[in-house]
Amino acid sequence: MNTMIERLREGRTAPVKRVLRDIFSWRFALLTFSALIVVYPLLWVVSLAFSGQQSLTLVQLSHDASLRQQLLALIPLPEVWTLDNFRAVLTKQPFLRWIGNSLVVALATTVVGLTLSCTAAYAFSRFRFAGRQRGLTLFLISQMFPAVLMLIPLYVIVVQWLGLGNSWLGLILVYAITALPFCVWMLKGYFDTLPYEIEESALLEGASRWTIFIRIILPLARPAIAVTGLFAFMTAWNEFILASIFMDDESLYTVPVGLRFFVSDYASEWGYFAAGSILVSLPVILLFLSLQRYLVSGLSAGAVKG
Amino acid sequence: MANIEFRGVSKRYDDGPATVPGLDLEIRDGEFMVLVGPSGCGKSTTLRMIAGLESISSGDLYIGGHRVNDLPPKDRDIAMVFQNYALYPHMSVFENMAFGLRVRNFPKLGIERRVREAAETLGLSDLLHRKPGQLSGGQNQRVALGRAMVRDPQVFLFDEPLSNLDAELRVQMRGVIHRLHHQLGTTSVYVTHDQVEAMTLGTRIAILNGGELMQVGTPLELYNDPDNTFVAGFMGSPPMNLLQVVNDGRQLSCDLLTLPHAQLQGLNRELLLGLRPEKLVYASSAPANWPRLTGNIELVESLGAEMLVHLRVGSAQLVARLAGLRAFSLGDALELAFDPAALYLFDGASQQRIRAGSAKAGVSQC
Repeated sequence: MNTMIERLREGRTAPVKRVLRDIFSWRFALLTFSALIVVYPLLWVVSLAFSGQQSLTLVQLSHDASLRQQLLALIPLPEVWTLDNFRAVLTKQPFLRWIGNSLVVALATTVVGLTLSCTAAYAFSRFRFAGRQRGLTLFLISQMFPAVLMLIPLYVIVVQWLGLGNSWLGLILVYAITALPFCVWMLKGYFDTLPYEIEESALLEGASRWTIFIRIILPLARPAIAVTGLFAFMTAWNEFILASIFMDDESLYTVPVGLRFFVSDYASEWGYFAAGSILVSLPVILLFLSLQRYLVSGLSAGAVKG
Repeated sequence: MANIEFRGVSKRYDDGPATVPGLDLEIRDGEFMVLVGPSGCGKSTTLRMIAGLESISSGDLYIGGHRVNDLPPKDRDIAMVFQNYALYPHMSVFENMAFGLRVRNFPKLGIERRVREAAETLGLSDLLHRKPGQLSGGQNQRVALGRAMVRDPQVFLFDEPLSNLDAELRVQMRGVIHRLHHQLGTTSVYVTHDQVEAMTLGTRIAILNGGELMQVGTPLELYNDPDNTFVAGFMGSPPMNLLQVVNDGRQLSCDLLTLPHAQLQGLNRELLLGLRPEKLVYASSAPANWPRLTGNIELVESLGAEMLVHLRVGSAQLVARLAGLRAFSLGDALELAFDPAALYLFDGASQQRIRAGSAKAGVSQC
C-alpha cells in the first residue's frame, strides 16, 4: 500500500495505471474478501460493546423492512456510541476480580512454565543423557492428542488425588505443564543455534554451568524466551474448559469462565460479553506490542539454523 | 608457564575407530607448537583434550608436571582462542575480556587495569564499549586474544584462529600472534591446516595424519629433512614432486630418468624419488654433470618474481619453481636440470624416508 501511495504522490502516470490494475485484479479481490471474513466478526463485537445494549441485533427491523434496510442492518454500527457496557462490566459485575485472578494465574504459569522449560530445553540441547531422544519424542507425541482428551485424567489427578480443585495452584500447575512440551521444543531449537564454543570458552574461563546458563545463555536467548513466555501466558489467559471444570467458587473464576456467565441459559447479556471480551484481549495486545521486536526473530529462530 | 606432555594419549568416540590412536608428544615450556595436518587428522581433538573439552580415552596428559586427565577445564589454567571467536555477543568488549576474571572473583581494580593493558597492547582501547557485532572479524579475533591474555594463563590454545579472516588480515594477525608470543613467552599450542601459518609461527611443528604423529621438528627440519612422503608433500608450496621409480638392484629407473645408485641392495623394488620444485633449474644454466630431464609445459602460473611451471614428463607430472619470468607457450618442450644431492628417496610401500646414502652416487642421464 505504501509504495502505491508513494507512486501516486510522485504523480507518475504509468505506475498509476499499474496500481489501478492491481486494485481491480482477482488477487486484490480475494485478499479483500479474506480480510473481511476476519474483520467482520470483530467489528460486531466492537459494535456490540459500544452499543450499550444487550441484544445481538443492533438495529430493530420491522417485518416489512425494505431490502435496503435489511442490507444496512448487516453493517455492524450501533445506533448510539456509549461506554455503558464497559462501565457496567467493571462496576456492577465482579469482572475486575476475574481479571485479577487471570493475571495471577497467567503470570504464575509463565514464570513456572519458563523456569521449567528453559532448564529442560537447555539440558535437551546441550547434554547427552539416557532417554534424551525418547523424552523429546514423547514431548512431541503429547502434542498430537486433542487437549480435551486430557480433561478427565487431569480432573482425576488434580482434583481427586491432589485435592487442588477450586485453587489457583491446581490451574497454574496444569497450565504450566501442558504448555511445557511446546515451550521446551521451541527453546531447544533456539539453544541449538547458539554456538557451543561460546560456552566452551566460558567453561575454560572458569564459569560454572549455572553461571553460563544465567549470564550467557539466558541473555542470548531473550527473543525465544519472550515468544515462549507469551505463549505460556496466552495458554493460561485464554483457557476456558479446564478452568470452568476446576473452579467452583465464583470469586476464583478466571476471566474466560466469568465471561461465559454473561451468556447462559438464564441470561444473554451480549453487550457485557462483548465489552468484557475487548477488555480481556487488551493485556494480550499490549504484551504483543511490547514484545514485537522479539517476535519475528524468535519465531523463526527455532525453525532455521544459522 | 608449563610444558605439556602426552603419554600414549588416545581418543575414541563410542565404539568407532580411534580419532587419536596413541599420541606421544612433549610440548616444551615457552614453546610455540603448531599442530598441522589435513582436516580430520585429529589435531583439533588433541587440542581439545589439552583444554579438557574432550575426555581422554586412555593414556596420560601432563601439564606442568601434573596429570590433568580428570581435571575440569576451569582448573587447568588454560586460555583458548576459537576459530569463530566465541565472544559473548551481548557483552561489550570490556565485559568480554573481564568475564573470566569476574567469575574468578578478581578484585575490581585489578580487572580494570589488566583489561586496559591488554586492550592497549592489541590496539583495542577505543573499542572497549562496543559489542562484538559492531566489530570486524580481525577486531573480534583481537578481542578473543585479549580475553585469553588478561588471565595470564599457563598455556594458550589456538584452534584455527585465522581461518575466518581474509588473506590480508590473516597475515596481519599472524604478526600480532607472533609478537604476542615473543612478548609473553607463554607455552602455546596452535592448530591449523595451513602450512604457511605453521612455518611462520611455529617454534616446532607436529604434523598429524589420521591421528598418527608423522614428524615433529622445527619448520626447517621438517622442510629439509622429512621422515616420510606425507611430511614431504605437506611442507612447502607447491609440495615436493614424488616420482615412482623401479629399483633393479643397480639403478633406479622411470620414464624420464635412470639413476645408478650405490646402495640399493636390500631395498624394495618400488621406490619414490622426491624433488622440491625449487631445486629444478634451467638446463642451460646448470653444471654439466647434473641430471637433466625434458618435459612438455602443461600450465604456467606466474607469481611475479617467479613462476610455477607444470610439466608432463612421460606419464609423470612435475612442478618446477623457476626464477624470473619468461614467455612460454603450452606444449613447448622445456629442459630442466637438478642437483642430484637434492633428491630424497622413499620406500614405495611404507612411504618412509630411506636415509642411508641417498641418491648422491654417480648419476647418469637417460
